[in-house]
Amino acid sequence: MALAEGVHADHHDHHHEHGEFIAHHFDNAEQQFDSGKLGIWVFLVTEVLFFSGLFVAYILWRSHHPEIFEQAHVFLDKWLGGINTVVLLFSSLTMAWAVRCAQTNDNRGAAILILITMVCAAIFLGVKAIEYSHKWDQGILVRSMFDYTLDHAEPTRPLAKYLHVSDYLIVLSALPALLLVGFLAASGFCAMTGKAVMAKFLASLAITVGGYFAGVIGGHFYMEAQAVGQSHASVGNERMVLLADDKVPGGEAAKAGAQDDHTHAEGAHADEHPNSDHASGGHGHQVRPEDLDRDVGIFFSIYYCMTGLHAIHILGGIAALSWILYRSLLGHWRADYFGPVDFVGLYWHLVDLIWIYLFPMLYLID
Amino acid sequence: MSGKHDHDSFAHPVSLKLLFGVFGALIVLTILTVVTAGQPTLRPFGTYIAMAIASAKAFLVVAFFMHMWWEKGFNVVLFFSSFLFAGLLIGFTLLDSEHYQNAIELFPRE
Repeated sequence: MALAEGVHADHHDHHHEHGEFIAHHFDNAEQQFDSGKLGIWVFLVTEVLFFSGLFVAYILWRSHHPEIFEQAHVFLDKWLGGINTVVLLFSSLTMAWAVRCAQTNDNRGAAILILITMVCAAIFLGVKAIEYSHKWDQGILVRSMFDYTLDHAEPTRPLAKYLHVSDYLIVLSALPALLLVGFLAASGFCAMTGKAVMAKFLASLAITVGGYFAGVIGGHFYMEAQAVGQSHASVGNERMVLLADDKVPGGEAAKAGAQDDHTHAEGAHADEHPNSDHASGGHGHQVRPEDLDRDVGIFFSIYYCMTGLHAIHILGGIAALSWILYRSLLGHWRADYFGPVDFVGLYWHLVDLIWIYLFPMLYLID
Repeated sequence: MSGKHDHDSFAHPVSLKLLFGVFGALIVLTILTVVTAGQPTLRPFGTYIAMAIASAKAFLVVAFFMHMWWEKGFNVVLFFSSFLFAGLLIGFTLLDSEHYQNAIELFPRE
């Protein structure tokens, strides 16, 4: 009993000396910070090893079958990937800046910068949703479901038809749309009942979800511009690149033809390369098992695993960021207590770091 | 171990100048990698150039955004050990995979 009281007194003392967030089993704020830091680095080590399994799959397949990667990467738009890279790099800057704010007792600055980081994360996911839905419309799926066609799937859902967007995009955006309405309503309700901090927090979450829609709208108009820029459809470009890349005998002719006459291009290209057959898959042509393009699906199996796992990490990052955003709004950070911001920041930079490698590996194959 | 000492002992805010400088360098490297991708003149080395640029970007992020430059030696060793083990995983898998390629090719595809 005496011991228990002693511990309690000690605990109380710490409160007094170092602030309310020092756990009683740490001597001081620095020891607590160093322990947390070691913990987050160990976690990041497991994350690197987690992703390295997928990197093995990628390197193995690329070293054995480089031709699949050369054919497949033209389906990925390097400008959309590049924009997403810049968005993530910018979010890393705001995150590092938020850590600096927390270290210098600037809770307001930390809250604003963490919110910008979350919005960037959501924009990234919005652009990703455009990329994914565009591919799914064309049947560009994992190996077992790969069924590439030149014709886009037409929207069937009323809302998709009305907005002229992919059915898949509507499905992907349904939850964000519900969250947006929910967060706004909850924020308004909290504001009316005098819960100012919670109202600000929920409004920030609504702004974050708004970032997703900003990414979706930006990506959608980019895709539209791409489609208009080419005479038929954005896939025409992909086919031309394929023909040029594959060094088809009639490649130049097909390339020239594709620019003014769809059917002409079709005819010129029909001359023969089994490798580029899937380009004509849209005209009822079933992909033959012996065609190389069946294995192009393996690139996309790897692509969806890597970018999908990365996107899950972005979602986890948004959840972790929202926690430190809430605590910033409560004004918890000070020069001797900023560990959580620093640790979430380290995780966020790792997510950025992985994308730094994924981008050239998937989008910039030459 | 006075409270006052604790207050400034372990927070090392990075200057904004450095943060923005690193961000600028990252953007320049990103533009560089997009522009050099698929250049026929760089043909056999394109992938290596892209990976070198990615590694330069990774260095900037790890060293300055993640404060590794000022990090305790133990944490640095710990983090880089992950790349050592990832390298072992990739290296040994690649070494081994070559041995089965012939066997795979013996089987006709459906």
